[in-house]
Amino acid sequence: MDKHSALLWMEDVSKSFPGVQALQNVSLHVGAGEILGLIGQNGAGKSTLMKILSGVYMPDSGEILLGGEPIQIHNPHHAQELGISIIYQELNLMPNLSVMENIFVGREPGPPLFVSRSKLERQTRAILDRMRMHLRPTALVRSLSVAEQQMVEIAKAISRDVRVLIMDEPTSALSETEVETLFDIIRQLRDSGVAVIFISHRLEEVLHICDRVTVLRDGANAGDVAVKATSREELIRMMVGRPLDQFFHRDSHLDESGNSADTVLEARGISRRGTALNPDAVVLDNVSLALKRGEILGLAGLVGAGRTELARVIFGADKRSSGEIWIEGRPAKIQSPVDAIKHGIGLVPEDRKGQGLILKLAVRVNMTLANLDKLSSLDFVQQGAERRVVDDYIQRFEIRTPSPEQRVVNLSGGNQQKVVISKWLMLNPKILIMDEPTRGIDVGAKSEIYELMHELASQGISIIMISSEFPELIAMCDRIICLAEGRVTGEVTREEATLETLMHYCTLREQVVASQEGSAIA
Amino acid sequence: MTTQSVTKSTARKGGTDWSAYASQFGALGVLIIICIIFAVIEPAFVSPINLFNVLRQVSIYGLLALGMTFVILTGGIDLSVGSLLALSGLVAAAVYKGGTGLLSAGTAGQAAGFGLWPAIGAAILVGILGGLLQGSVVSWLKVPPFIVTLGGLTAFRGLALLFSSGQPISTFTDEYKFWGQGMIGPVPVPVIIFLSFAVLAFIILRYTRYGRHVYAVGGNPEAARLSGLKVNNVVLSVYVITGFFAGLSGFLLSSRLNSAEQVAGVGYELTVIAGVVIGGTSLFGGEGGIFGTVIGILLIGVLSNGLTLMNVSPYIQQILVGLIIVFAVFLDQLIKRRR
Repeated sequence: MDKHSALLWMEDVSKSFPGVQALQNVSLHVGAGEILGLIGQNGAGKSTLMKILSGVYMPDSGEILLGGEPIQIHNPHHAQELGISIIYQELNLMPNLSVMENIFVGREPGPPLFVSRSKLERQTRAILDRMRMHLRPTALVRSLSVAEQQMVEIAKAISRDVRVLIMDEPTSALSETEVETLFDIIRQLRDSGVAVIFISHRLEEVLHICDRVTVLRDGANAGDVAVKATSREELIRMMVGRPLDQFFHRDSHLDESGNSADTVLEARGISRRGTALNPDAVVLDNVSLALKRGEILGLAGLVGAGRTELARVIFGADKRSSGEIWIEGRPAKIQSPVDAIKHGIGLVPEDRKGQGLILKLAVRVNMTLANLDKLSSLDFVQQGAERRVVDDYIQRFEIRTPSPEQRVVNLSGGNQQKVVISKWLMLNPKILIMDEPTRGIDVGAKSEIYELMHELASQGISIIMISSEFPELIAMCDRIICLAEGRVTGEVTREEATLETLMHYCTLREQVVASQEGSAIA
Repeated sequence: MTTQSVTKSTARKGGTDWSAYASQFGALGVLIIICIIFAVIEPAFVSPINLFNVLRQVSIYGLLALGMTFVILTGGIDLSVGSLLALSGLVAAAVYKGGTGLLSAGTAGQAAGFGLWPAIGAAILVGILGGLLQGSVVSWLKVPPFIVTLGGLTAFRGLALLFSSGQPISTFTDEYKFWGQGMIGPVPVPVIIFLSFAVLAFIILRYTRYGRHVYAVGGNPEAARLSGLKVNNVVLSVYVITGFFAGLSGFLLSSRLNSAEQVAGVGYELTVIAGVVIGGTSLFGGEGGIFGTVIGILLIGVLSNGLTLMNVSPYIQQILVGLIIVFAVFLDQLIKRRR
């Protein structure tokens, strides 16, 4: 395939955001009647690339050709006019309108200012029949299953004469049979000459449905292979790629602290069902883990694996459908963050600004928020004592702030994170759950946070660390548990942990058990 | 003691963050400018008698605004205060006189009921119960506060009409009227009550753990919950606080007017909210405070008093007050954007 025979040709596309080079000279091409798989780790640049194609971002440099013609995609509407449609993981439908109204929204047939319902229904039926989708044009979208809603999105793209259809993780919310139906539709699209870009973490599916695979890593091309000529192992190698020796290993925390087999926290058979989108979705399925004193336990997984959800359930922030939490050998009734805090658990949340901090308030207020009980007498906050403890933490962790009265919003990401960590350390926690503790933090502050975590572990605090960056987990953790689609798919010790093993477990997909499939359809 | 003052002074060296009060001082600036203008144009404005008069006029609004500040700090709103005030006033009057409406007209001027303190207690109890009810629906049933208290606005007014059969309860004895009309030295009693509660509310919000929780819940309820705060209880409590102030104000207004009316307090909620917002408290929650609220309410009082002294028509007064509300909040936004 060359520049002029490919339907879509992207060459040397680069895009940077303040502080991040998201894409560097990335090339990608797909032909008419071809299904291209696009894979990569979290943060590899897939989303940025797709947002460029759908007109959300403008590339800094690079060339895009559609049907041999150079194009510039100005905005999402323009992308659709060009015949490029994207179906996001979060579907973009209007739940209170019917299938046909959703498909033709903004382009309703009929005389000016009016809609001809009969024409609308006829045109909708024509598309649905052609794609062999069994949907009623007049059905309300909110009454449809996720799989059916996805069909509506596809039909909407077809009604716009789609030439390039991008699907972002389309199978993540579908059951096994629904996936097969979707694949039939995708194959039909291919046979009618549409170029399909299929983004997925599920390597089996990529190998099953795609003709060719493009791999991204750290915002650059990491491989482009025909499916027939590759294997799951090779794809994993291309995704993880980088050598590990750049990371700094240290001895196990367990050996250092000397308390070896003391189990501090145990989660037994934790399950959780239901998301905002899909009340039947399995979020966590029978997850168990044990955390030892002074250990840093990693939770690895790709987007949607259930890492954050597990952390929130253990902390009592979300309800669990079943399962037990044991603290120091005794069952703990953790139903809310208040309970978790009583049992000595702290949570450094993934969304620091949305959940970890009260941005409008002062550093001092944020730091002592969880610890006011100890700092108050007769409900009056002891100003002097509060100042002392806040000043102490600011000095100890070298938090760079002009004053304790500074609003937290004005601090850098790393210093904000230190404020969140300080908040929990004031409570002398036994267990600290740290969800993406270094996300959005510059390199210098990152290593400070790593140092701090090692120090805490050596003091006997047990840490559960969640990270999307495998190298970080491998360097930090004594043990890593891999999750995929809400299940534990593997556990590796620090000696066994490599990028390949982690990626292997994190992309493992157990066959969906028949009983779950039944409930997902119902 | 010594060590404490030492830490305080070193901390001050680090710099007290005045910007945290900037929005509240914005309103203070506008108030001072307006006072100077009035004083120049109409010297009678600055006479002590007139200034106390202004304070007396704003004291009922002011008390309601203290409660409203708590609610707005949590990101909520309470539209029902005017109606709850009317209901509480009628209950106070009825308890005091031992009956409602025409039934008790014959005993005018005599305390044939249950006495003064039960009357005050009943008014406050009604207010607290009203707040408890609304607060429960907001915090536990998760109905938006705007809707819940809009319902309360209508329902409490209806209850007031039902309770009084549409008749006011008027003419009280001196001990009852003292609370709304009396003076201690040169200072009107309602002003003393308002300022005392303002100081109390200021201390609670500024220096207590509970006050901290109010700001935290308004600033980011999810972060507050994940820090182990009982967010629902905090939300519930602020509606109880507005209820308390509505109850107290209901009694005071009936005392001042020598009559508990079922139409008392109509539209007060808007004036009160305007005062709180002018004072720099953010409708999104988490920012602002009592100091600003007192200034905001004074601003509204000073404007209407000064303009009346200058013989400006009440119609034009309304227009000016409306413009000042928008201007003060615009100024506040401007200061915040600068930061």
